[in-house]
Amino acid sequence: MSTGDVPVLQALGISRSFGHVRALDNVDFEVYPGEVVALIGDNGAGKSTLVKALSGSLALDSGKILYAGGEVTLSTPAQASALGIETVYQDLALAPHLNPVQNMFLGREVPKPGLQGKLGFLDNKAMRDRSRLAFDDLGATVRGLGDPVGSMSGGQRQAIAIARAVNWAKGVVFLDEPTAALGVVQTKNVLETIRRVRDKGVGVVFISHSMPHVMEVSDRIQVLRLGRSVAAYKASNTSMEELVGAMTGAIGGDK
Amino acid sequence: MTTDVASTSNGAPAQAPGVFTPEGAIGKLVRVQAFQILLVLVVIFLIFSALAPTIFPQWSNLRLIIQNMSILAILGIGMTFVIVTSGIDLSIGSVLVFSGVVSAMAMRAVGGDGLPTAGLGILVAVGCGLAWGILNGVLVAKAKVPPLIVTLGTLGGALGLSQVLTGGVDIRDVPSILSDNIGYGNVPGTTLPLISLIAFVFLVAFGIILHRTRFGLYTFAVGSNEEAVRRVGVKVDRHLILVYSISGGLAGVAGILSLSQYGTTAIAGQSQTNLNVIAAVVIGGTSLFGGVGTIFGTVVGLFIPAVLQNGFVIVGVQPFWQQVAVGFVLIIAVYIDQRRRLAAARGTGVKRRFSLGNLVTRRK
Repeated sequence: MSTGDVPVLQALGISRSFGHVRALDNVDFEVYPGEVVALIGDNGAGKSTLVKALSGSLALDSGKILYAGGEVTLSTPAQASALGIETVYQDLALAPHLNPVQNMFLGREVPKPGLQGKLGFLDNKAMRDRSRLAFDDLGATVRGLGDPVGSMSGGQRQAIAIARAVNWAKGVVFLDEPTAALGVVQTKNVLETIRRVRDKGVGVVFISHSMPHVMEVSDRIQVLRLGRSVAAYKASNTSMEELVGAMTGAIGGDK
Repeated sequence: MTTDVASTSNGAPAQAPGVFTPEGAIGKLVRVQAFQILLVLVVIFLIFSALAPTIFPQWSNLRLIIQNMSILAILGIGMTFVIVTSGIDLSIGSVLVFSGVVSAMAMRAVGGDGLPTAGLGILVAVGCGLAWGILNGVLVAKAKVPPLIVTLGTLGGALGLSQVLTGGVDIRDVPSILSDNIGYGNVPGTTLPLISLIAFVFLVAFGIILHRTRFGLYTFAVGSNEEAVRRVGVKVDRHLILVYSISGGLAGVAGILSLSQYGTTAIAGQSQTNLNVIAAVVIGGTSLFGGVGTIFGTVVGLFIPAVLQNGFVIVGVQPFWQQVAVGFVLIIAVYIDQRRRLAAARGTGVKRRFSLGNLVTRRK
């Protein structure tokens, strides 16, 4: 059976209101294994709300979430992580005083074998080796695995945050505006990373305001507007004008 | 040409621009504030040794110094953990007194002068300290009251209850097994004060916990970015409660030690203890903003006031000057910490808070 038949993560008719504002209004969304889905929309369209709902950071008013075909309840980010759903937040969520290895394994430390491990001692060498592998795997140039993350450049910290998410994601990675603060070369690296992650069979959900990046890397593009899912396109047969039109409501797109 | 011995290490580490950055392990050591402050301590030590060579550097005098700072060292451990999480614990002095009072009352109630009585006293003191620590932790972690306010409240609460329990009169009945052995006794066969060995064992044990274990790592992580730690599924609230419990429990230990050393509950004697301990922790390079700190630094930070006090008396300077000197050292230490944080923030654009308001408004 091909893994591409069942969406790895699927949202069916999910809604969420904040007071009188319907941030998500009966939205359907799915991502298949080994696929990059771009989630686009103007500010306030509900992109971040959708990501929060699907990564366990936000409770739903109604609707269902299915993981690999089975219904799940995601009430904490840790629950989502346990299933294999990882999120790179816009603020990266790294601990600036810890080093890249400690950030990589935060909450998932490798204990030393035997009694020492039971007493809480950590196998720092194993974690360092595995982190280096993970960074190399992504082509991320993270220097100084012992230096605090806070002393590193924005691009390096972005790389660490993405590497962490990718390393632990078995099913889906959400990337919330991963290129917003990056330079040309770093952006290229991130887009390359997205392709590599997809090639490993992980579903990637990519939020961006940058239409060229969206067009370059996505397989499918889903457009949100005012909390509704207004259109979905195959990246291969749409245009930037069409996407902008759907985002702003100038045209009502369809599948 | 040099061989490439040096360059086989991790290449050129990324550094914040404009900061003096010596290379390699020695360079790293020099940049650690605990090491810088250790140099200050060595200089102070050498100055006093030169001024009073027949008295100051003698073991009998040094023994006095370490004996006098042993109790503060126990308190400093807990304070280091709490400040690393970007919290503060003002209640330790009062909790020390409360634990001593309840422990002394319990020992007086059962009577006797032997080991069972002393054992009960120790358990009661530690239990009282833990109880206050858990209360602090729950209020900070669950009720989200800023730690400055929580521990200011329990500072008053614990001291007030101590006075209620005793009617404001110190209890002076301490089993002789405690005062003879822990209070002023030596480790058998040596001239090392037993109380200092006890403090040393605690320092090493908690130093290992802070710097080598997952618990310690989470302590730094919570102080560094609490929200990030929460998102990866670490039980942050539970961790904060444990950290404040450590601080309270160690204040309980300090309570029984103080009772043993001074033979009285000394209800009025601990009003400055919290600030002295906080000053020592901060002088030792632990950042009030969390995420940075060492037990070793705290020990060095405790030595500086103790050595100044002792040295001033010996060389005939009015010991009041010690408070002036420590005040300046404290301000300089925090100034260095701020400079380092500013440099780090400039280098990377990390969002940073520079006001002490961070202590009052706990991160969500």
